[in-house]
Amino acid sequence: MKLIFERSIQGRGCAILPPCDVPVTSLPEAMVRKEPPKLPQVGEIDLSRHYTQLMKQTHGVNDGFYPLGSCTMKYNPRVNEEAAALPGFRRIHPLQPEETVQGCLEVLVTAEELLCEITGMDRMTFQPAAGAHGELTGLLLIKAYHHHRQDTARTKILVPDSAHGTNPASAAMAGYQVVSIPSGPDGCVDVEALRKAAGPDTAGLMLTNPNTVGLFDRNILEITQIVHEAGGLCYYDGANLNAVMGIARPGDMGFDVVHLNLHKTFSTPHGGGGPGSGPVGCKELLVPYLPIPLAQRDGAGGYRLDWDRPLTIGAVKDFYGNFLVVARALTYILTLGREGIPEAAENAVLNCNYLMTRLKDVYDMAFDTGCMHEFVITLARQKKELGVTAMDVAKGLLDHGIHPPTMYFPLIVEEALMVEPTETESRETLDEAAEAFHEIYRTALSDPELLHQSPLHTPVRRLDEVAAARNPRLQYHFPD
Amino acid sequence: MKNPADLLYTKSHEWVRKLEDGSVQVGLTDYAQHQLGDLVFIGLPQEGDAVTAGESFCDAESVKAVSEVYSPVTGTVLAINEELLDHPELVNENPYDAWFVQIGEITGEEELLGAAEYEELAAKEEK
Repeated sequence: MKLIFERSIQGRGCAILPPCDVPVTSLPEAMVRKEPPKLPQVGEIDLSRHYTQLMKQTHGVNDGFYPLGSCTMKYNPRVNEEAAALPGFRRIHPLQPEETVQGCLEVLVTAEELLCEITGMDRMTFQPAAGAHGELTGLLLIKAYHHHRQDTARTKILVPDSAHGTNPASAAMAGYQVVSIPSGPDGCVDVEALRKAAGPDTAGLMLTNPNTVGLFDRNILEITQIVHEAGGLCYYDGANLNAVMGIARPGDMGFDVVHLNLHKTFSTPHGGGGPGSGPVGCKELLVPYLPIPLAQRDGAGGYRLDWDRPLTIGAVKDFYGNFLVVARALTYILTLGREGIPEAAENAVLNCNYLMTRLKDVYDMAFDTGCMHEFVITLARQKKELGVTAMDVAKGLLDHGIHPPTMYFPLIVEEALMVEPTETESRETLDEAAEAFHEIYRTALSDPELLHQSPLHTPVRRLDEVAAARNPRLQYHFPD
Repeated sequence: MKNPADLLYTKSHEWVRKLEDGSVQVGLTDYAQHQLGDLVFIGLPQEGDAVTAGESFCDAESVKAVSEVYSPVTGTVLAINEELLDHPELVNENPYDAWFVQIGEITGEEELLGAAEYEELAAKEEK
């Protein structure tokens, strides 16, 4: 399809501006650009068709099954959008006086209270814009805590080898050295290796529980205790909270700080669908370092913003984070309520075990035990025997209208496909998906070459990912 | 591809070429590049960086994943192969010419294997 620049016709436009009702002022000469920007000039209908065409080439959770592991691509209920579109939320300015945005502050305070209850934390900031941003913020809290105690010898963060890649990256961003902790044969943290690695230079541990192979680490209390006894703090990566929300709390597992992905667990748009939100909650010992401002009750039935926090690490984003995302997440929490939240988690685990069990007869599971919210298939055997890889199966699924699972992750599993169905899928959808997986397996046996060619029926066929990574073209070159 | 007999190898799939002046060149073995697939980016250290035997000092990125490259020796980086920054495919095309770094002032080294021993190890991992 054409790029928007290729649709551009000089002089065409799609806006009729009203007459200006304020005096016209101009910028100082030095600040005015010499040439006008080369913006595409198109009519509204062309613009609309352009985006519709783009939309038809994508796959979202509204198009079909989207079992992208560790991403929790659950459906985003429309009622969330209705709440977020209320004029009192939408038509405000971040610099409005507090007394005129009391409802918005109430949203922040209520969401904080409920999410603290769900995670077992004492306070929470909504500033971080997404999960990795939350990780960085959480680590900066840990760093501020140690430094405030004059404990500057703690330079290392322990990260299991099954962790999301963002964990070591965030630790490095925060100025820490990363120590990788191996997993045992059961897919969980090797406790003895952790014991050896923890010491006076340990600033903290970052852990995802359930982890990326979909297993709840049964030694979690011992793990957090080992880190605490070494003087470190424990960070909970909330990417997989969907499996345990309302049932088990990171705070009770011994964690001191957590981030949540509202765009995963709490049903706000994810990926290209909108901005994310990665709130960070912490126990009392880290509260003094939280970013400013914090929304809180004013003690007289109203709400206010607290800027007076002398030990704060400062702001990590402008204003209060992606506020409308918080409004959507709060709507979801209030809609599901005290019973609905754990029920959603239970159904996520049930759906996952159902699909895994239906696939076990032909696909090898990396860890063949009961799983939580996601499971990991290994195609190592098929690669050796049939030359069919995880990539081939993923591409084959596209022809069945299914978004591929996460591929080649976690790194500890060879030829991995990581599948997370989420609670929003019906049994019928899971049965259809299982049938698609089986059909692909039959093709792998009968005609592996066909799978190397797939997808056959998508707007674009298999892309040359190596060429795209080696020679990315990120800029449009105008013909003249 | 045959692993050259005049090189030494690590269990983590790096090769080591001992140069006359006592320094070494380090690269990734054919087995390693094959396992990683087409490389799209190589992250190299800087000249003058201190490296420690057994610790990660480079990374090799394919479309699948980023993998760490471990230093076979403890010493100082004397030179880096800047050509790899623009042409990571050289590692896939000819792994034993595509050296990553040259390390000198060596004070310690990992357990290094001969070509035959390394082939045995790689064959075992292949299974």
